Amino acid sequence: MPKPFNIGNKYTAIITGSLLILVLGAYSYNAGAGKPAPAFNADTAQWPASFGFGREATPQQIAALDIDVRPDGLGLPTGSGTVIQGKAIYLTKCIACHGSAEKVAPGVKLPAPVLVSDSASKTKAIGNYWPYASTVFDYIRRSMPYNLPGSLTDNEVYSVTAYLLNANKIIKADEVLNAQTLPKIAMPAQKLFITDDRKGGPEVR
Amino acid sequence: MEKTEPDKEAEKTLINKKISRRFLLGGAATTAIVAMQSSLGKWIQVAAQQPVLKLDDPTKRIGPGPGAVGKRSAFEHPVRIKSDTSSRTPLQDLYSSLTPSDLHYERHHAGVPVIDPDKYELLIHGMVGKPMVFKLHDLKRFPSVTRTCFLECSGNFRSGKETMTPQEICGLTSQSEWTGVMLSTLFREVGVEPKATWFLAEGSDAAVMTRSIPVKKGFDDAMIVYAQNGEAIRPEQGYPARLLLPGWEGNTCIKWIRRIELSDESFMTREETSKYTYPVKDRIRQFSFEMDARSIITYPAYPNQLERGWVEIRGIAWSGRGKVIRVEVSTDAGKTWNTTRLQEPVLDKAHTYFRHLWQWTGDETEIMSRAIDETNYTQPTLRQLLDARGTEMSGYHMNPITAWQIKRDGKVLFKPESWK
Repeated sequence: MPKPFNIGNKYTAIITGSLLILVLGAYSYNAGAGKPAPAFNADTAQWPASFGFGREATPQQIAALDIDVRPDGLGLPTGSGTVIQGKAIYLTKCIACHGSAEKVAPGVKLPAPVLVSDSASKTKAIGNYWPYASTVFDYIRRSMPYNLPGSLTDNEVYSVTAYLLNANKIIKADEVLNAQTLPKIAMPAQKLFITDDRKGGPEVR
Repeated sequence: MEKTEPDKEAEKTLINKKISRRFLLGGAATTAIVAMQSSLGKWIQVAAQQPVLKLDDPTKRIGPGPGAVGKRSAFEHPVRIKSDTSSRTPLQDLYSSLTPSDLHYERHHAGVPVIDPDKYELLIHGMVGKPMVFKLHDLKRFPSVTRTCFLECSGNFRSGKETMTPQEICGLTSQSEWTGVMLSTLFREVGVEPKATWFLAEGSDAAVMTRSIPVKKGFDDAMIVYAQNGEAIRPEQGYPARLLLPGWEGNTCIKWIRRIELSDESFMTREETSKYTYPVKDRIRQFSFEMDARSIITYPAYPNQLERGWVEIRGIAWSGRGKVIRVEVSTDAGKTWNTTRLQEPVLDKAHTYFRHLWQWTGDETEIMSRAIDETNYTQPTLRQLLDARGTEMSGYHMNPITAWQIKRDGKVLFKPESWK
């Protein structure tokens, strides 16, 4: 392995990099003289319009990673799912961790406090706490099932989302979820959410 | 589960100690031939163990030579306390505001991913002039910045029993010196559209963690960091690169960052809706980013045994809104407050070490600290937080004053306060 040669190259890179930092640092120090400049903003006056590092992303590269879904439905894929299909998937792929109303697995989380709102408790669940249905779809698609994240098809994600929303009494049992119907779902907790109203300053909020 | 973990750690420490001791003695107790009088009155030669102390004398033994990688003294065993999802910094074992990298707190949602730095890429797209992909090598070529600041999990609060250490109460905060490229530098390169108000930061771990961040913070002081305390960032801290938002809750500082998408709306991801939000009176507060000012006395604290006489009370204070301008300590259960000495330099959005000299005469009392930041915010009591937020306030963004009870026999105990 030609490792020793690489070490030489690395040092060259470090020295070059350090010089660049020193030069830029000196510029920003001069600019800061007189009045205190923001400590972490570099003086970009000496910078080229573009450093030219990195390369333009192709549409394929973006499509491969761009999996997020916004509440307005932007990002939802084609496909659809139903409550019945969702229940079948849940019973095979989700029950081990989340349990079910019929079968309480020892030592695992029950569906009532975690996934399905329970009027008797104030536990945060999808039905009484999650403000947007898009979040349920997005989260299941990106990180569930826990032991095989990202393994569900889009149709399966639509179905499990439908099953959980139905179990929370948000949608009817015969409803079909797809890119058009999902963004229209109004989640009960949405009206409770406020953006941070702390204002800084002395007040305790 | 969480209960048994510290015990396991303690056990490990004990084992380490035993091994270390044996290693140190390293056959030091060698046999030597000494003369001894037998029961018959004759002088005979017997094998006897040399006194251990003599050969333990470091001036009489050549030590090990230089090594490729350094290690802690065999007598020091600072350890994180770990659960399934996090490990907590031993704040009480630290002597200044900087956290050794291997003791930095961890919190992850699907384990630590293994990422080949040569294959690593950061995609920036969405409402930009030119969507771009940056390799790690590219990120390192940009003008770099180094700054010291703290990170804190916004769920960093535990209470419940008297026998809790600073680590157990608020060990989900640590401080490092971070090096990387300003996000504004990358924003300049891709040309962020003026209409973009939010960006999505996405990790490349198995949770593919995402948070929506206001673009303003991106231009203000956000960084993509690839180094920590002078070396490459640790895997559990986001190797090879993470987002760093100084002063903001740790969850927003997406580790193993792979993608940034500029948008005109927030994305309402799971982390900012069902998690990291908290009930305040009859509403649920969302997008609470800044960590309010907080402090904790780390000495004396449980399980220290206090001795009468002069005591230097020490601890750390911090604020996500700027510099800590003052830390006050009370040694009479909050009746009077004394201004402490702050260790300079006092940095913006950074752990600040404070010290206060006190003479303990043996009386029972309580000691506590409160931080005041440059916005004149004073660290509140639990009661003040409760009055402001209501009884359902949950554990996020909790920064109450922490009190330690000093017992007549010198025992130092946490003072738990309940509100439900």
